[in-house]
Amino acid sequence: MSLAINLEIKNNVLCIRLSGELDHHSADELRTKATKMIEEHDIHHIILNLEQLTFMDSSGLGVILGRYKQVKQKNGEMVVCAISPSVQRLFDMSGLFKIIRLEPTEAFALQRLGVA
Amino acid sequence: MKNAMQMQFTALSQNESFARVTVAAFIAQLDPTMDELTEIKTVVSEAVTNAIIHGYDMSPDGIVHISVTIEEGIVELSIKDEGLGIMDIEEARQPLYTTKPELERSGMGFTIMENFMDEISIVSHPGEGTEVRLKKHLSNSKMLCN
Repeated sequence: MSLAINLEIKNNVLCIRLSGELDHHSADELRTKATKMIEEHDIHHIILNLEQLTFMDSSGLGVILGRYKQVKQKNGEMVVCAISPSVQRLFDMSGLFKIIRLEPTEAFALQRLGVA
Repeated sequence: MKNAMQMQFTALSQNESFARVTVAAFIAQLDPTMDELTEIKTVVSEAVTNAIIHGYDMSPDGIVHISVTIEEGIVELSIKDEGLGIMDIEEARQPLYTTKPELERSGMGFTIMENFMDEISIVSHPGEGTEVRLKKHLSNSKMLCN
């Protein structure tokens, strides 16, 4: 199973919805597509919706951290939502929750960023 | 009863999902929990990705070798390449350490392998390649002994 990437812009927020498997192979496509959107539009914040993500490894952590750094340069923030227990373990292990906020749903994440 | 399988494939990133799904399918006969299956798929993905990115430096000429042995609820994995090898294994095992930050590598591969498996050993010689050996006791292994 590969990765399906859905990108939507709401005000200055890029919503990234992933479904399938995020590994080294699929991380390249995500990096290219998300980077292009952030650079070409006036994106300040990212919401990462992982509700449909069935697998992730450390390559996923790398590409997420890379996008966080991109919006951080614009004083923006990243909110991740709807993550599975196994993905949560990887976030915990790598300390990503120290810099990326967690919300239960995309609606809460939008509210947090003032876009709801 | 001991059961074993070996596989080898071209060092292409397309084969990362093939490798973890194939190993998981072989392990499934031990009736692992979903968490255990996810952990094993993740560590296979980490080790194979290391072989492709670091061992073979993304050259598609390389071959990745995997062998899996299962016996009485214990899974033993070996993921091997004949690539560049690791200069300093202790350094490579440090959380967040990576030699390729420009590729947005997180440096968490070995940390995840250590966390998800019971035992890990890394044998590597510069210019000769790397073998990662991993071992895990499955939680239902006691039931199999009854």
